[in-house]
Amino acid sequence: MQNRAAPAREGARAAAPSVDEGPRLSNRARERIAGYLFVAPDAIGLLIFVGGPMILSLSLGFFSVSGFGEYEFVGVANYRRMMADPLFWRSVEVTVLYVVALVPSLYVVGLGLALLVQSNSRFNTVVRSLLFMPQTVSLVVVGLVWQVLLVDKIGLFNQFGATFNLQSISWLGDPRFALFTVIGISVWFLMGFYMLIFLGGLQDIPREYYEAARIDGAGAVQSFFKITLPLLQPTSFFVLLVSTVAAVCGSQTFDLIYIMTKGGPANSTSLAIFYIYQQAFLFNEYGYAAAMASVLVVVLMAITVLLFALTRGGRFTYG
Amino acid sequence: MAEVASTSASTEEDANERRRLQPVRIALYVVASILSFMTIAPLFYMVSMSLKETNEVFGANLVPHHPTFANFVYVFTQVDFIRYLLNTFFVSAVVTVVALVFHSMAGYALARLRFPGRDAIFLTMFATFLISQPVIIVPLFILARALHLLDSYAGLIVPSIFNAFGIFLLRQFYLAVPRELEEAALIDGAGYLRIWWSIILPLSRPILSALAILFFLANWNSFLWPLTIISNQDLWMVQVAIASFRQQYNGSWNYIMAASTVVALPTLVMFVIFQKRIIESIKTSGIK
Repeated sequence: MQNRAAPAREGARAAAPSVDEGPRLSNRARERIAGYLFVAPDAIGLLIFVGGPMILSLSLGFFSVSGFGEYEFVGVANYRRMMADPLFWRSVEVTVLYVVALVPSLYVVGLGLALLVQSNSRFNTVVRSLLFMPQTVSLVVVGLVWQVLLVDKIGLFNQFGATFNLQSISWLGDPRFALFTVIGISVWFLMGFYMLIFLGGLQDIPREYYEAARIDGAGAVQSFFKITLPLLQPTSFFVLLVSTVAAVCGSQTFDLIYIMTKGGPANSTSLAIFYIYQQAFLFNEYGYAAAMASVLVVVLMAITVLLFALTRGGRFTYG
Repeated sequence: MAEVASTSASTEEDANERRRLQPVRIALYVVASILSFMTIAPLFYMVSMSLKETNEVFGANLVPHHPTFANFVYVFTQVDFIRYLLNTFFVSAVVTVVALVFHSMAGYALARLRFPGRDAIFLTMFATFLISQPVIIVPLFILARALHLLDSYAGLIVPSIFNAFGIFLLRQFYLAVPRELEEAALIDGAGYLRIWWSIILPLSRPILSALAILFFLANWNSFLWPLTIISNQDLWMVQVAIASFRQQYNGSWNYIMAASTVVALPTLVMFVIFQKRIIESIKTSGIK
């Protein structure tokens, strides 16, 4: 569309100079200047407050930074320390477990809910809103509410278990359960968003395909695997990518852990983002924390490049 | 329905089909109802607890036996909650307005204006797309300290303005706006600022209002950044305030839930009012 409109635009442009003679700038120069001025606020802001820290995080890891802002070059000492730090490896392990459990759960739950509420009825509109609702509440409140629900013995969950003669479970206090509890709460919080993304994808699949399949005698299960899943591929890709990034470094990886477990018990919920925060702001180990964060930045940049390559700039470039 | 079915063979078939599917549809309704109730039950429980007296806090009853506002009164008299709410409102509102103006200008230029380096600028912005704040929190903090932004409103506001997501969505939107509108204005001799202000901005009201809600919610709910750079209690944002309230009143869950309700209620009300717009804007934001 952009290209088709271009000739008309050139026409307007060719006609204009006759009006514009004299000391004034040419239209083309005006367009350029306007372009730069319009982009400048965001470009400069992003450069300083996102680009700057990204680059800084790659270099800061080679320094030792004191709480008062004194820097000392230490080479790869921080990285060497990382390799030998059992708590770092523990946080890597916890993060991998979290990602491996959360991403497929969000995919299945998100798609399941989307299929459940995909037809447009007033009832489904309400259900969609209700399923999305946890997303609008802050993660601090989410953490506090679930803490109450999961309190030992007298919390609602354990009261409910007790009616079936189950022993009280320390959902957040037992190293065997804590991470899975956090994963469950993360699913509850995030599922509405992925449901909506899947709904958007489902709506783009032409109804006629299902009609045709039905006439050919295909059942619901068959048309799901033969039509829905293959045609949802772009959406699936987007969901898997975004949910992986969210599982590694979404704000819930800090907020929930900070409120509910502080990384415990026995470091069983010590997600990488939280461990980095602890090192920086509790122990003043800014350089060491930056070294660990730089690994994450590299991983995320790699994912971004992959995303860009695989979607050929995606809809971000060509609409 | 029986009347319609008798008119032709094909509709009769449809009606049979529908009758056959009736139990399935009822089952789906039931499942959807149960799931949505389970989803919001924790939020109901929060509100319910905030209205309970200390001795029945952990009762399984959703409706309090003796509903009381005492917990709310306690929260507002014990800590300066009003101040934290006002701080949060001020910061969220300023960030939202400034961000929308900046993103709209940038999105328009990147979609419509031709200037050398445009694609390179866009690609560089794209590169920051997946970098979330928690990842760069350490260098961001060090940068903010160097710029003397710690413990200030500016520190809360300025770094929160810039995010690539809003720019992408707006650019996407502007690519689809018909060019003829601007062309006419250009021929009439209007400058680009005029065009942006009086043609582009009014056109983008739907997407701007959706983004405004999303930005406001995100800033109202943000926790990590205010926690990291603010130590002066007068500048606390509301999420930091309840996190600290929880430490202070450890175990007094009725107070903590009252505080949580106060913080969550504005966002829940906003969602209920704007749900259609929020849901539509997210539904269409996926890659296609």
